[in-house]
Order: sequence, then C-alpha cells, then structure tokens
Amino acid sequence: MSAGRRESSATPVAGVSLKDRACIVGIGETEYCRAPGSGLSLLALQLQAAVRAIEDAGLSANEIDGLMPFPNLGSAEGFAANLGTQNLRYAATIHTGGAAPVASLQAAASVVTMGIAKHVLIPAGWNGYSGFRVHKTVADQTFALPGGEIARDYYLPCGLTAPPQWYALMARRHMHEFGTKPEQLGCIAVTMRKHAQLNPKAVMCGKPLSLEDYMASPMLADPYRVFDCCIETDGAAAVVVTTVERARDLKKKPVYIMGTASGQPYPADELTNRKDILDTGLTSAAPEAFAMAGVSPRDVDFAEIYDCFTFEVLQQLEEVGFCKRGEGGAFVEGGRIELGGELPVNTHGGLLSEAHVLGMNHIVEATRQLRGEAEQRQVKDAQIGLVTGWGDFGDGGVAILRR
Amino acid sequence: MSQTETRYTKPLPVMHGLTQEFYDWCRQGELRFQRCSECGTWRHVPREMCAECGSFRWDWDRSSGRGTIFTWTVVARALHPAFKESVPYAPVVIEMEEGVRVLSEVVDCSPDELEIGMPVEVAFELVTPEVTLPKFRRARAKNA
Repeated sequence: MSAGRRESSATPVAGVSLKDRACIVGIGETEYCRAPGSGLSLLALQLQAAVRAIEDAGLSANEIDGLMPFPNLGSAEGFAANLGTQNLRYAATIHTGGAAPVASLQAAASVVTMGIAKHVLIPAGWNGYSGFRVHKTVADQTFALPGGEIARDYYLPCGLTAPPQWYALMARRHMHEFGTKPEQLGCIAVTMRKHAQLNPKAVMCGKPLSLEDYMASPMLADPYRVFDCCIETDGAAAVVVTTVERARDLKKKPVYIMGTASGQPYPADELTNRKDILDTGLTSAAPEAFAMAGVSPRDVDFAEIYDCFTFEVLQQLEEVGFCKRGEGGAFVEGGRIELGGELPVNTHGGLLSEAHVLGMNHIVEATRQLRGEAEQRQVKDAQIGLVTGWGDFGDGGVAILRR
Repeated sequence: MSQTETRYTKPLPVMHGLTQEFYDWCRQGELRFQRCSECGTWRHVPREMCAECGSFRWDWDRSSGRGTIFTWTVVARALHPAFKESVPYAPVVIEMEEGVRVLSEVVDCSPDELEIGMPVEVAFELVTPEVTLPKFRRARAKNA
C-alpha cells in the first residue's frame, strides 16, 4: 500500500475545535533598529518586549504560566527566572523557523483551551543587524540549517548557501510556469515600503522606494534583487494568549483566534525533490484554518504575510487562497494589496520595510489593526485579519483573527 | 594531484553513511541513486526507507546520467566567503530521466545561457582526492 499523500482539502484533525476559544490579550515590542544596534543582549531584548506585552495585558509576570520561546532563545527556564515568573506550568519551543511564532500562537491557543496553562507568553526577536546576520547564514557554523546534513552535504558544495538562493529556485519556476514578471515582485517591495512610510516604528520610514529604484537595484540571487529581500534589524516582539473567559477581565479589547493551523511541505527537509515545487506548508494548513474559522478568503479584511522575500508573499497569497495558483502576479498589481485596496497586505511594512522580527511583528500588527489602534495606517472597519508564518524550506503557519 | 585540487576551498560534503556511498559512486565515475527493491521507486537525496511503500530494501541503481534543467538561480553576490571569487555562478536543479532531481552546476554554460528544459548529462568533477562532485554539461547530440 502506498504511503499517505498530502491532503489537498480541509480535513478536521482535532476533536476539540480551537475556534474562538483563545484570544491575544497583550502585545509588546522593542524599538526596531539597524546601526549601531540595540545594545541589548538577545535575552534582554526579548525580555523587554515580554514585559511590555504583559503590561499591555494588565497582567503581572507571575501570572504568566506558559512560555513558548523562539528556537534562538535557548532556555525557557532562564527567561522565566529573569522575568520573575515563578509558576511556570508549560514551556515549549516549535522548530519551524519563521513559521514558529504563528505555530506557537496555535499551540498557545490549544494550551489555554485545554487548561494546561492560563496565560501563555510568546516572545521572539534577535539582534539580526548587530549580532547574527542572516545573509551570512552558513558562514556562521553555529546556526542549524534547515535540512541539516542535507543542506550541508548536497546544497553547500553547489554554492546554494543562504535563504534568498533557496527560494529563488521556486520563484524562477513560478515565472516559467505562469509568466510572473520581475515588476510584479517589485510591486510587492514598493507596497511594503509605502506602508512603512505610515509607521514611525518602521526602520524604512522616511526612505520611500519607487519601482524604478527597485528595478535598478543590484541582483543578489536572480530573480531576487537586493530590494526583494527582508531587512536585517535588531528588535523583539511578544504576545500574551489566554482564554476567551479570562480575556473579558483584562485591560485591552481581546482579539479572537478564529482559526489556526500549521503545515509542512513534503519533503520538508529538501526543497528540490518535491513533486510540486510550489507546495508549501500553507497549501494544506490554510484550508484547515478557514474551515475552523468558518470563513473564506473573501471575508478577510487585511493580511500580514511573512515576507522574507517578495516572491514568498506572492506564493503565500496564492496558497492561502486569496487568488488561484499562477494569478499572484496580477493580484499584487493595481493597488489591490495597498492600504485602501481590496486586501491590504503588511500594513506595518513587513519584514521588507518595518523590521525582521521573525514574523512576531506581523501578529502584533494584526492585533493592533483589530483593536483599531493602527492610527494613520488603520484598515477601515477591520473585522477579520489573517497572519502567516513561513520558515525553513516552506513550513507554514496561519492564524485567522477577529475583533 | 594537481595544484587546483590541493587549493580547493569550497565546502565539501561530510562523508558519512549513505552520503558517503553516494559520493563514493561518483568517485568511481558512476551516478547512482537509491532505488526501492520492492516498488522500484527512485529516490534522492539518500533515505533510510522508501517513502512510497515503506520498504527498507534498496539498491544503488545506475542513472542514465541524462536529465534536463528544472530551475536555477544566478548568485550575483556571494553569501558565503568560499564563493566570493566564483560570482556570478548558477546552482542548477537537474531533473533526471529517472525522475529524481539533483542540485548541481552546468559547467560548460554561462548563467545567461541556461534554459528550463535544456538537456544535460553528468560530467564528474574531481575536486579533492576524496571527493568527486556530480556536475553537468550540455547533452551531446547522440543523447538529444
């Protein structure tokens, strides 16, 4: 008998639906910066974001009893010791790279729903500018590559050494199959930058980008130019998750987790031998999240899409179902993904233009939008927002949130 | 041993287990992939068992060495110090006749000559006394 195939449609996997059971009740961020750097240790940086998120929720550190640190943090014990969290009931880390913040949100929702912990804190961040530099991924031997030994033994000898090169292989395939144009990738970079002009926290606020600037920027890993790539920054962000019942008594208006799911492409550890090279974790996760939420892509008012590179935005818009496979290029044009458009995408400027906070800034921004706290970049009457995470060789997480 | 071999500074596969077996065949001038003894499915990179049928039985079967270009990127700015002198260079994914795909390089093509679907054939490159890498070149007419 043949081994299981990837399922292409939503299939319920859980006995207990997480729909509307948990809420985001606190958000916190540090400053986002490049040179000269945060001046804080990785731990201090994440603690600062955590303290702000706990305060935003109107909780004390001692009321946090669940902790889901990003894989780079090392020890939940040390984090809790610094924070003064004396009653930790639950600690876990999800190892799906940039998909981990959204996947942790999913896990936190299930942890509070099942009564394993009451208030789960999810911090993420790094000194991505002054400390560890992503663009030098493999030169830093301490960094664990996705795919581990496969990347080391089969990719590195060919000079495939860093994320923009991995994903460029997919982007070219998409261009070949569907005629996707460089200008359409440029449109994504320009839109994210435009949104950043409305966000004083954004590292690229005050530095607008035109399509001409984009097309004139140097090639990095064809078809990726420099402006197709996320920026490298220092910063951390955090959220607090609790049950709907507890959320009612807290300081801020709760943001409900309507639907959430995670997924991995197959095989997740090797990106060249997928039957369908454009298959991602979201391909299977998104229909499950929509089925749980009981809504469709048409009901979503804005989306915060993990934008490590421009094509990954286009690809995720397709895999989530905002448009059909192959239509992403046309979808991102004509202002459709701009504030005021049909589906504003990355209202904060994203990893491309706000800061690279491992996608935790996307969850924070979605929460802010749904609270109506996004000021000059507020999506009018935002009711439902969608957040994605993308990590390693295409692992995916998705959360559909509502006010 | 030539001087270029001793000066090879790019990353090399770490020889161990199935990876060592794969590269040892390359050193003998043969491109071989694992093929399931039960259901006949080819696979690459090496795996412990067949994901199609669950069998742990397999052989290293010889590939025709022929394939076509599936996708590629052109690295214009090196993101690893060992490739600084090599830019621009193109990591290329080759789809073999057997169906598996291999990440490699087409040695007799400049990056702007690459095309999806272009027929190529294996051309081994001895980079150190221990390691031979499977590289590719344009397919000769007889293979076209």
